[in-house]
Amino acid sequence: MSTTTVAHHDEHHDDHPTGIMRWLTTTNHKDIGTMYLTFSLVMFLVGGSMILGIRAELFKPGLQLMNPEFFNQLIGVHALIMIFAALMPAATGFANWMLPLQIGAPDMALPRLNNWGFWILPPSAILLTLPFTLALFGVGDGALATGWTFYPPLSVQGGIGVDFAIFAVHLLGISSVLGSINIIVTIYNMRAPGMTLMKMPMFAWGWLITAFLLIATIPVLAGAVTMLLTDRHFGTHFFDAAGGGDPIMFQHLFWFFGHPEVYILLLPVWGFIPQILQTFSRKPMYGYKAQVYSLWSIGALAVVVWAHHFFTAGMPVPALLYFMYSTMAISLPLAVLFYCWIRTMWKGSMSFETPMLFTVGWIILFGIGGLTGLVLADVAADAQYHNSYFVVAHFHYTLFAGGIMGIMAGVYYWLPKMTGHMYNEKLGKTHFWLTAISFNVTFIPQFFVGLAGMPRRIPDYALQFAEFNMISTVGAFVLGLSQLLFVYIIISCVKGGKKATDRVWEGAQGLEWTLSSPPPYHSFTEQPVVK
Amino acid sequence: MQGMKKFGVGAVALFLSLSARADYTWNFPEPVTPMALDTLHVHNKFMLITAVIFVAVLAIMIYSIVTHRHSKGHKPVADKAPSTAVEIFWTLIPFAILLLIDFVIMGIPAYHSVVMMEDTRDQSTMVIKITGSQWRWQYEYLDGDAKGIKFVSNLATTNDQMHNEADKGEHYLLEVDNPLVLPVGEKVRILMTASDVLHNWWVPQFGSSRVAVPGFIRETWVQVEKEGVYRGQCKELCGKGHGYMPVVVNAVSKQEFAQWATKKQGEQQAANDVKEMTKDELLAQGKVVYEKNCAVCHQVTGAGLPPAFPALTGSKIATGPIFGADGKYQKDSHLDRVLNGKGVMPPWKSTLNDTEIAAVITYERNALGNTAAVDGLVQPTQVKAARE
Ligand code: HEM
Ligand SMILES: [Cu+2]
Repeated sequence: MSTTTVAHHDEHHDDHPTGIMRWLTTTNHKDIGTMYLTFSLVMFLVGGSMILGIRAELFKPGLQLMNPEFFNQLIGVHALIMIFAALMPAATGFANWMLPLQIGAPDMALPRLNNWGFWILPPSAILLTLPFTLALFGVGDGALATGWTFYPPLSVQGGIGVDFAIFAVHLLGISSVLGSINIIVTIYNMRAPGMTLMKMPMFAWGWLITAFLLIATIPVLAGAVTMLLTDRHFGTHFFDAAGGGDPIMFQHLFWFFGHPEVYILLLPVWGFIPQILQTFSRKPMYGYKAQVYSLWSIGALAVVVWAHHFFTAGMPVPALLYFMYSTMAISLPLAVLFYCWIRTMWKGSMSFETPMLFTVGWIILFGIGGLTGLVLADVAADAQYHNSYFVVAHFHYTLFAGGIMGIMAGVYYWLPKMTGHMYNEKLGKTHFWLTAISFNVTFIPQFFVGLAGMPRRIPDYALQFAEFNMISTVGAFVLGLSQLLFVYIIISCVKGGKKATDRVWEGAQGLEWTLSSPPPYHSFTEQPVVK
Repeated sequence: MQGMKKFGVGAVALFLSLSARADYTWNFPEPVTPMALDTLHVHNKFMLITAVIFVAVLAIMIYSIVTHRHSKGHKPVADKAPSTAVEIFWTLIPFAILLLIDFVIMGIPAYHSVVMMEDTRDQSTMVIKITGSQWRWQYEYLDGDAKGIKFVSNLATTNDQMHNEADKGEHYLLEVDNPLVLPVGEKVRILMTASDVLHNWWVPQFGSSRVAVPGFIRETWVQVEKEGVYRGQCKELCGKGHGYMPVVVNAVSKQEFAQWATKKQGEQQAANDVKEMTKDELLAQGKVVYEKNCAVCHQVTGAGLPPAFPALTGSKIATGPIFGADGKYQKDSHLDRVLNGKGVMPPWKSTLNDTEIAAVITYERNALGNTAAVDGLVQPTQVKAARE
């Protein structure tokens, strides 16, 4: 292990570059983590403002703000940004910041690779948003208008925006694979003496499984979009029946990546939620081993259920049944996780600082996401839910509540450690309540319009859906504006505030809390030993 | 937990105030086919089960949150470090309960509905073919009383309504010029395909939804049990007109269906008899055909939406010659383009009849700012000849 660190001994002096060069060239895991987190926050706001455009258009029936083509572009880019540029980098940011601290390592195993992994992101974000700008100058016809799923033949018809998005997805994929390799190598090689795998913090487990999933599925996505690219420009017919191809094959390839992707977004969160729970329950987490095994089972099941995303595209009955039952099976390990989380709180000594509020809210809202997912697995009923607003509501309960709100819990939990200052607790709590309430106001109505028959991805709707859509839009604007408070809280915490102690939270457990707040530029110059 | 309570009260108040309004639907719309009925039952059952689980878990959690608090001086229970056996036991119990719920209580009804849903042939008495294209549905009756009937169904809502320049009708966006007509009580097998991109034919009250895949045939079925008009929409993102592709089905008694079929067959026969027409006749009909089918992309004025959708005003194709010296139509001519399509432009030869094609071409060449010197008039007979 020491060899890895010696190899980079030029970075082991405290006189690191300062100013802009510090950030451009840094190989320090904390700097890179900070960059990932900042990038993610910025993109969260970008993706969020796009969807506010959509929600404003849907405020009442009729077309008022944009044409349908632009509407479709906003939807697709919103999703790509939220998934690839907001949620995934946030999880990677925490991995960079916290994994070395939690497992007692001086840095990530492959620091140069780490730097590259990050700097691939901003160009791909630009590629995703550039087509809008180009279209303003009359070049091309805007961003991809196919939804984030790129389904052919629509995506074969599309303009230059589709090529931009394909290229962006390639870059984003490379970045996550690089990040994953780094995380796997770090976890396997850099743990402090005495920290066996089964003593590792849960966050490390969550990320380890995520990293394997990423390495297994990103190449499939890259392959699928490359085939799309050659269909578009080089006369191949992978997805064109006229040339012997099949458009549905694309959906198989896409969702072989796409389904695990939702677990990729959530597994890191499932890692740190139990850590936050044990801290604020002042009680060790319940069922550590059961949780680890559950995470593995979910990771394994994630790659065998992909076709439940297109039940209505036509499949033989045995295939439908297989995908239905295997999807339902995911609820088993997930239930074990819920059980362990609640058992951790049970008979603890709970206090409700902002991170704990977000965690408890997260359990409830993510629970709704999970249970509606169980219902979606039913093939016959899914004929109704599929591509309706019911699905939009369901996946926002998993991705926004289960993903973003989990990340927010993590931000409040570790912010004092990272900055050395306490954030403003009162504002934090306000942020939580605003977010939780407006989130529900936004998405509960979408369940009902979905059941009543409103398809997703439509720029205008029948009059019977009007009131619910209006409520949803009001909720979305409050939700969006509340996030400005979040930004304010973070900025003021970085700038100053009450000094944070090393342990920060009374019940905090784990190596990261043995370092000063903020941790020194080079953490663990002396290796900790875990007993 | 003050905030939590406030939230609960607020949410309940919100929903009570909503339910006071009459036109809200909180669940699937009223089912009118066996499939939709079954789907609704399965849905209600699953929703109930998950709601019970949710409330039970939430109750336990809230109890714990309220009592086991630091601020109330609750001490964490001394950690007994549960033995592996205890831990396994306590994870296996909920596991077993869930196994029962997932694969027995939910799994068995789910199995039955899947099998029923996919059984398209058993006892079906009629076959129709549905083709999705950007952005309209085409219906074709393959057998029975209505055999041979074939028509296109377009959105009937006007542009003014969509742009808030006119009052919206009751069935805003859910109305068409030519609804699909089906006899009540018969099991109708549906063959589904598409001509350009994926579409999905969906009527919520039927519980059936199937993706239309270009180049492939998919199957589903409906058996409407109650007369009435049923409305739905395309459910697969299919481009800019995706929100404007409604499905309207007119379910009528068997006698009424037979009458309708006879009448429609007669009309179709008449339309297929090609005869020479005057320029004015062609222009009048051409305008209707154009605005219904072509204006979505080329705009009512013919200005198009370049670069994806070219303008017709002043276009080389719409003003250039169609027929060569031998009287045959030329490749890449106006007629060729309309019959066979190119790229995003769909072929119309199977959607429009000879008269309609002749009319729309004549219209495009003499209106929309165009004045055609040669081949200004295309006759149905010429289109008919071109098809051969
Ligand atoms: C302020 C918070 C958010 C709001 C109000 C919001 C709202 C919406 C709306 C209205 C749609 C379009 C639905 C449709 O017509 O199909 C949508 C699509 C989507 N959103 Fe969000 N969203 C938010 C945050 C997020 C986050 C955090 C994620 C994921 C990390 C996300 C992922 C998606 C995805 C995957 C789609 C589907 C896009 C598609 O149809 O291709 N959203 N969102
Ligand atoms: Cu469609």
